[in-house]
Amino acid sequence: MTDTVSSPDVGTILAARGYRPALEWIARRAEAFVIPLAALVAGMVLFSLFILAVGKSPVQLYETMWRGGFGSWFSIQNSLSRGAPLLLAALCVALPARLGLVVIGGEGAIVLGGVAAAAVGVALNGAPSFLVILLMGVGGAAAGGIWIGAVGALRHYRAVNETISSLLMAYIAIALMNHLVEGPLRDPASLNKPSTQPLADIYRVGNIPGMEVHWGLVVGVIACVLSWLLIEKTRWGFAARIAGGNVRAAQVQGLAVGSLIVGFTALAGGFAGLAGMLEVVAVQGSANASLAAGYGYTGILVAFLARHNPLAIIPVAILLGGIDASGGLIQRRMDLPDATVLVLQGMLFIVILFSETFYGRFKPFNPDLWQRNT
Amino acid sequence: METTDIGLWGVPLAMLGGAIRVSTPFIFVSLGEAITERSGRINLGLEGTLVFGAMSAYAVAVMTGSPWLGLLAAAVAGLCFGLFHGWICKFPKVNDIAIGIALMLFGSGLAFFFGKPFIQPSALDLPAIPFGSWSGIPQVQAALNVNVLFLIGAALAVFLWWAFRNTRIGLIVRVVGDSADAARAMGLNPNTVRLLATGVGGALAGIGGAYLSLYYPGSWTERISSGQGLMAVALVIFARWNPLGCFAAALLFGGAGALGPALQSVGVTQGYYLFYAAPYILTLVIMIATSSPSRTLAGAPGELSITK
Repeated sequence: MTDTVSSPDVGTILAARGYRPALEWIARRAEAFVIPLAALVAGMVLFSLFILAVGKSPVQLYETMWRGGFGSWFSIQNSLSRGAPLLLAALCVALPARLGLVVIGGEGAIVLGGVAAAAVGVALNGAPSFLVILLMGVGGAAAGGIWIGAVGALRHYRAVNETISSLLMAYIAIALMNHLVEGPLRDPASLNKPSTQPLADIYRVGNIPGMEVHWGLVVGVIACVLSWLLIEKTRWGFAARIAGGNVRAAQVQGLAVGSLIVGFTALAGGFAGLAGMLEVVAVQGSANASLAAGYGYTGILVAFLARHNPLAIIPVAILLGGIDASGGLIQRRMDLPDATVLVLQGMLFIVILFSETFYGRFKPFNPDLWQRNT
Repeated sequence: METTDIGLWGVPLAMLGGAIRVSTPFIFVSLGEAITERSGRINLGLEGTLVFGAMSAYAVAVMTGSPWLGLLAAAVAGLCFGLFHGWICKFPKVNDIAIGIALMLFGSGLAFFFGKPFIQPSALDLPAIPFGSWSGIPQVQAALNVNVLFLIGAALAVFLWWAFRNTRIGLIVRVVGDSADAARAMGLNPNTVRLLATGVGGALAGIGGAYLSLYYPGSWTERISSGQGLMAVALVIFARWNPLGCFAAALLFGGAGALGPALQSVGVTQGYYLFYAAPYILTLVIMIATSSPSRTLAGAPGELSITK
């Protein structure tokens, strides 16, 4: 960056000023597309080798995966349904990540959000459905927000590592859910699978008209767009990006780093809590152990694949939802364990993280390297 | 006292026995992580290594009939995971914490993938030494039935404590962990040292996993580890990167983990799930109590990203 001034061909650059900013803009944007896509392809190639090594056909596997995830209107709807909670779960990772925090305990916020929503729904039984659903959303988001907000507060005020504390809090949240669902909140009628009392039908959220996909997808997409606007277009987002780059610089600038951290983590947890609430009102009908289905952990992968960009989360979540959805078909058609998709996810995760090392290294994408030879 | 009913005394006794039984994987994982962190890297992937170690130990023990070969397989598998982490983190801009999270998912996924056929059969146990055979009370005998790996772990803690202070290798690891520049000035390659330190750490975590599937709980299931690998990382920070501290902290955590089952054994079933959360709560409380925003932790390796 600095050698712009000292490099001998400064005149050429000045002469080229007219079109250069546009080219730079395109180059930097192109890098953000090309490298993740190349990493995705590399991950899939590696996974092909793995599948070959266990004696199966990668071609058949990817074909089955496509069929199970996106091959028909039915499977597309299935993928969208599975992608919906991932949108919110990924935001729980992506928002704190913009502040430089690695929060991986979204599962806990999802679980508690679901329990809180179910408790609100049962307690307000009889009230107008619009009000109850709204309050269930508020309750779920509040439970998740407090849970992850506490992780942020511990990070800022006590310097407790947020990665470890958030995961510990996820285990505590799951234990708390089991305690509540098997004890104080248990519906005596739920024998085999301890659950809270089932919500009345008027308090359930249905499907988007014309689709077998519940409204959680719309909520998730809106949340992603709003998060993008928050980060890119508001002064809080701007402050967060500065603090994420350099905390000390942000403090010197007089930014309230503590409020930013607590605010962003609480918002992130709120989104995850909302995902739990949607699981209860749109899928399960009550809070039970199925809430801990691993969406929080897949959400980590989605956020990292999307490089913590809320808009990029939308396609990545649907892609991962599709991979998840195809797991059953792969298991049946190819006689592979259901963990096959976990192996693929793990490989993609590692390759994407590895690809970080290539940013700024390729000349076509890095305007800072251009002037040396022009 | 000849009867087996010893009333409430059963709780501390069961906790002691539980502490010894539950703590062993913590000892190995935390000692491994202590070596890695002393060299300036953090490997959160030990959770995945633990699960994969448990699976590979069990599978090899079932196939060969020897738990010791299973143990060896787990150590080798852990070594490979550790070396992979150490290798990939040497590239610029590759974040060791994020890679650890990825390896956590990848290790578990791989273990579930290959472990499916082994969920049914039962493997041979690693041997235990009955230190309680002098007593006629079954609970005392059960509590003092100590697995050899626990004793090896205890010896390893003492050895590492000594080795960090008194050996050339210990010094090299500490220098690399405290200042990569100083290490380079000494003619050391920090990446190589960290590669080996992470590899050894992974191997120890693999052994911890072997203990889970070959002794306690003693079978391979997909839920065999519930965050032990990750709690061990927190435990290393609490122990101030001191191997003896790791050993003591592991015992403490083991005791906390044994609280739920111990209370259940004397008939306390209320709030079982909350007692189950005791080790996590204890870890969190200890992290809050020992962290401080205003000073760096005493004994922290200078290059460690988690304390910067």
